[in-house]
Amino acid sequence: MKLTLTRRYKFAASHRLHNPELSEQENRALYGKCNSPYGHGHNYLVEVTMTGPVDAATGMITNLGELDPFVQREVVDAFDYRYLNEEVPQFQAVVPTTENLCREIFRRLKKYRAARLERIRIEETGKNSFEYSEEMA
Amino acid sequence: MEGAGLPGEGGMIRITRKVEFSAAHFYHNPALSAEENRRVFGKCNNPHGHGHNYVLEVTIAGEPDPKTGMVLDLKELKDILQQEVVELMDHRNLNHEVPELAGKIPTCENIAAVIWQLLEPRITKGKLDRVRLYESPDLFADCTAETNGAGPRA
Repeated sequence: MKLTLTRRYKFAASHRLHNPELSEQENRALYGKCNSPYGHGHNYLVEVTMTGPVDAATGMITNLGELDPFVQREVVDAFDYRYLNEEVPQFQAVVPTTENLCREIFRRLKKYRAARLERIRIEETGKNSFEYSEEMA
Repeated sequence: MEGAGLPGEGGMIRITRKVEFSAAHFYHNPALSAEENRRVFGKCNNPHGHGHNYVLEVTIAGEPDPKTGMVLDLKELKDILQQEVVELMDHRNLNHEVPELAGKIPTCENIAAVIWQLLEPRITKGKLDRVRLYESPDLFADCTAETNGAGPRA
C-alpha cells in the first residue's frame, strides 16, 4: 500500500495572459478576456501532495508544523496579493497560465526535504483545475 | 437485451462512495518526553483530545458485471463502510476505543492505512482502488495499492 498526504493552501493573485511574441490582435484572439491589459485575479487553491514513509515516532509522512511554514514562505508569501506577471520573477518571461503556475510551485516545493513532493493541483476557480507531477506518462 | 454492460475496450470503471464519521483523538508518543511531545505535536498533543468530522471516500475499480451493469452495488459498499468503519470509529475516541489503532498515533495517514486493511478483504467485486480520508477540507491522506498501475507511482 502507498500513502500520500495532501494539504490545501489558498492565495489570491492577479495575472494577465499575454505573449509578447504575438501581435495585440493574436493575443486577444488567443487569450480572450484573460488578455485584458489591466489584469484580473483569482482565489487560487493549491493542493500539495507529499509521499514517503510514515515516521514511526510521529505517525506522519511529514509534520504539518514543518510543511505549513515552508509552503507559506515559498508560495503563499511570494504569490498572495501579488500581480504574478510583475512580482514573481519567473513570470516575467513565462505566461502565468495555471499550467505554468503548477510547474513553478512544484519547482519551489520540490526542495522540501522531510518528504517527497508527489503532485501539485491547482484550482484557479471552482470550475477548473490543473495538476502537475513528475511521474512518467 | 444482451446484457446490462457495455464493452469496456480495456478501460476501467471507478466508483466512489462517501461516508462521514466524527471522532476524538490526540497525538502522543509515550517514547518521547512531555516536552518533546508538545514540540512535535503542538496543539494536537492536548491530552484532553479534540475532534474532527472525518470524511471518507472509498473508490472501487473494476469491470461492470454484464448482468447488473455495476462494478459493485453501492448499497453493498455502503453497508460494508457502515460495518467496518462507521460502527468502529463514529463518536469514539480513536486513542482509547479502537483496538485496530492501539499502539499507533491516530494521524490521518495511520487511520487511512487501517481503513484500507479493514476494507480490502471485504471487497470481493472489483478491487479496492483508493481510500481517501479527510480530517478537514484542507487535509487528507490517500491510501492506494502500490502495485496498482492506475494509482500514484512510487
